[in-house]
Amino acid sequence: TSAIMAAVCCRGLLAPLGGRLWAGPRAPLCSVAATAAPLYDVVVSGGGMVGSAMAAVLGHDIHFHDKKIALLEAGPRKQYDSMPDSYSNRVSSISPGSATLLGSFGAWDHVCSLRLKPFRRMQVWDACSEAMIIFEKDDLDDMGYIVENDVIMSALTKQLDVVADRVEVFYGSRAVGYTWPLPSHSCVTSPWVQIELADGRRLQTKLLIGADGHNSVVRKEAEIKNIEHRYDQSAVVATLHLSEATDNNVAWQRFLPTGPIALLPLSDTASSLVWSTSHEHASELLAMDEESFVDSINSAFWSNVNHSDFIDTAGAMFRSAVSLLKPSGTAVRQLPPSIAKVDPESRAMFPLGMGHATEYVQHRVALIGDAAHRVHPLAGQGVNLGFGDIACLAHHLSAAAFNGSDLGSLKHLLKFETERQRHNVSLIAATDVLKRLYSTRLTPLVLLRTWGLQATNALPPVKVRI
Amino acid sequence: LFRLTARRLFSTSHSSVDPAEMKKFQLLAQKWWDEEGEYSALHSMNDIRVPFIRDTLLNMSSNYHLGNPLSGVKILDVGCGGGLLSEPLGRLGASVTGIDPLEDNIRTADQHKSFDPVLAKRIQYKSSSLEEIVEESMETFDVIVASEVVEHVADLEMFIKCCSQVLKPGGSLFITTINKTQLSYILGIVVAEKLMGIVPDGTHEWEKFVPPEKLEHLLKSYGFSVKTVNGMLYNPLSGSWSWMESTSINYALHAVKSGARGQSSPTGVLPEMESEQPSGTAGTSM
Repeated sequence: TSAIMAAVCCRGLLAPLGGRLWAGPRAPLCSVAATAAPLYDVVVSGGGMVGSAMAAVLGHDIHFHDKKIALLEAGPRKQYDSMPDSYSNRVSSISPGSATLLGSFGAWDHVCSLRLKPFRRMQVWDACSEAMIIFEKDDLDDMGYIVENDVIMSALTKQLDVVADRVEVFYGSRAVGYTWPLPSHSCVTSPWVQIELADGRRLQTKLLIGADGHNSVVRKEAEIKNIEHRYDQSAVVATLHLSEATDNNVAWQRFLPTGPIALLPLSDTASSLVWSTSHEHASELLAMDEESFVDSINSAFWSNVNHSDFIDTAGAMFRSAVSLLKPSGTAVRQLPPSIAKVDPESRAMFPLGMGHATEYVQHRVALIGDAAHRVHPLAGQGVNLGFGDIACLAHHLSAAAFNGSDLGSLKHLLKFETERQRHNVSLIAATDVLKRLYSTRLTPLVLLRTWGLQATNALPPVKVRI
Repeated sequence: LFRLTARRLFSTSHSSVDPAEMKKFQLLAQKWWDEEGEYSALHSMNDIRVPFIRDTLLNMSSNYHLGNPLSGVKILDVGCGGGLLSEPLGRLGASVTGIDPLEDNIRTADQHKSFDPVLAKRIQYKSSSLEEIVEESMETFDVIVASEVVEHVADLEMFIKCCSQVLKPGGSLFITTINKTQLSYILGIVVAEKLMGIVPDGTHEWEKFVPPEKLEHLLKSYGFSVKTVNGMLYNPLSGSWSWMESTSINYALHAVKSGARGQSSPTGVLPEMESEQPSGTAGTSM
């Protein structure tokens, strides 16, 4: 019978049915040593905002009460006991949906007790024309929140500590190798995913969740194809101080030909800068002295040098037409605040790109967050897509656990993939299109986007969907 | 292997196990855990039969934890095959004993559970027929599950009798099987086996299909009270099962053995009876 078993295994290797089911070309692991490695129900690889939140959500799920979860983080455990007075330059725009997710396991309360800035309004406008669009909620609700990434991590770490009996966090642990199981029906070999850490330790798991960022090792090792594109842009971030204190509850974004510049409120006197521009310009911005830097920012928001008379006239005509048809369709333009100074150490830059994995799941593997999809920051959606992935995957895993199912089974993983790809692909594509559309001074395209923006501003249904 | 199984058959003169059935399943003993293979319909049946069992038991109990809903429940999975149903029940916390007359099935089941230490402890498999364990397991189990089994047994009455013997009083019996109707012949045999290959050809014999009325009658005569009968429908295009009103093809049944828990006792009125029927039939005998 063992000869028959071996033959069956080989057949499985040589003629895989439906190639997407089993990842990678690795040989099966038959040794006794492998079976002695501790077995987890779920291992999350990557302890950033998305990975930590995933582990925390599962740890707080009642149907995972008796399950074993591990979170692998390459970096050391950070102390978040108290926030420094100065703001960190890495912030995220958190949507109400993400806030709800964080609230579902008690993390949002921690965020609120630390610091965050709700904003009520978003003004988005073009550098090449007068066209603009304003987003705000009629019911005086917050549109979103600007939160420092460190604040989110602090809240997540606290909530992970609460469920430490279920979730084991491995700091300073980088996974260096993954061994994928053969299809379960042919097995004398272990049906679990084998993980090898840099220090030689081994883990086994029924489900591996890759939350290890846009250069995901899990995705590469699983041989999942990734559609990616490097933009010729870097984002410059900085913490800025306003000239005068104001009810800073509007998020501003202006599309310059070189890229969008955004001002996100942190407090009544401070805002966070995210300026996407060419690599050369980004380096210049980092190198120049503080005064010139502040001047560049103010001029980027206020200057009309890119306007042309033709566009202005065409835009004005369109606006009068719109106001005839829909009197409330043109909005009152608010003026963005002016900047007085920048926090000395807060300037930094990082390159931008776009990416989308062709598959989010395979047998015993799921990708979430930037490992699955990477977007341009112009839409402020990056981490929210990741939190959306978490909500969806956790829902399906919770149901699977309550049904006694094998957690790594493709049946429910595919449901997660379908739901999220449907949601994410259109948003990622739209963000990419917007980025390209706004990267030009060519008159026809400027006209198109001017009228498009004005039309969108006038049409409530379209705006609400955004 | 064949010699061993043949010997076992001849040792019990009156058995609910049908040797021709055994031979059919012998050939498929390795195929149990291929979710896309011959047993794919049974794999997807877990999506409705596990919640059915789980929720019925939770509704009958007041003391459970949603993280481990079937903890402390002793379940007998009769005709467990490769353990397709035993494993989810084990994951939900139950202590499962899986029996199957075919040794190869038990071997497959044992091997599959061996990699998960939690399951390996919670589930015990035994190559045996139901009659063979009756003596050592009188009134041992809280729940018996006989899913897609009664349409394969040689002696249904004996099977039900044995179920009654090994079940604790007040315990639950869950059966899923196929009705004996024109529709079940067309869909269950012609379409499922001959045309679409949902089930391997020859798996089922229409003559052995069991109408729910016959099953209910048999159960009542052995002291069971039938609580629920639900029709089930398989959609071959999506590969998924759903509940349906009509029991003319597949159906699931839940029955409770009479006894000390105050369920329908045939021997007069018990004090618990009155609290079970608050609508004013107190004091009248059944």
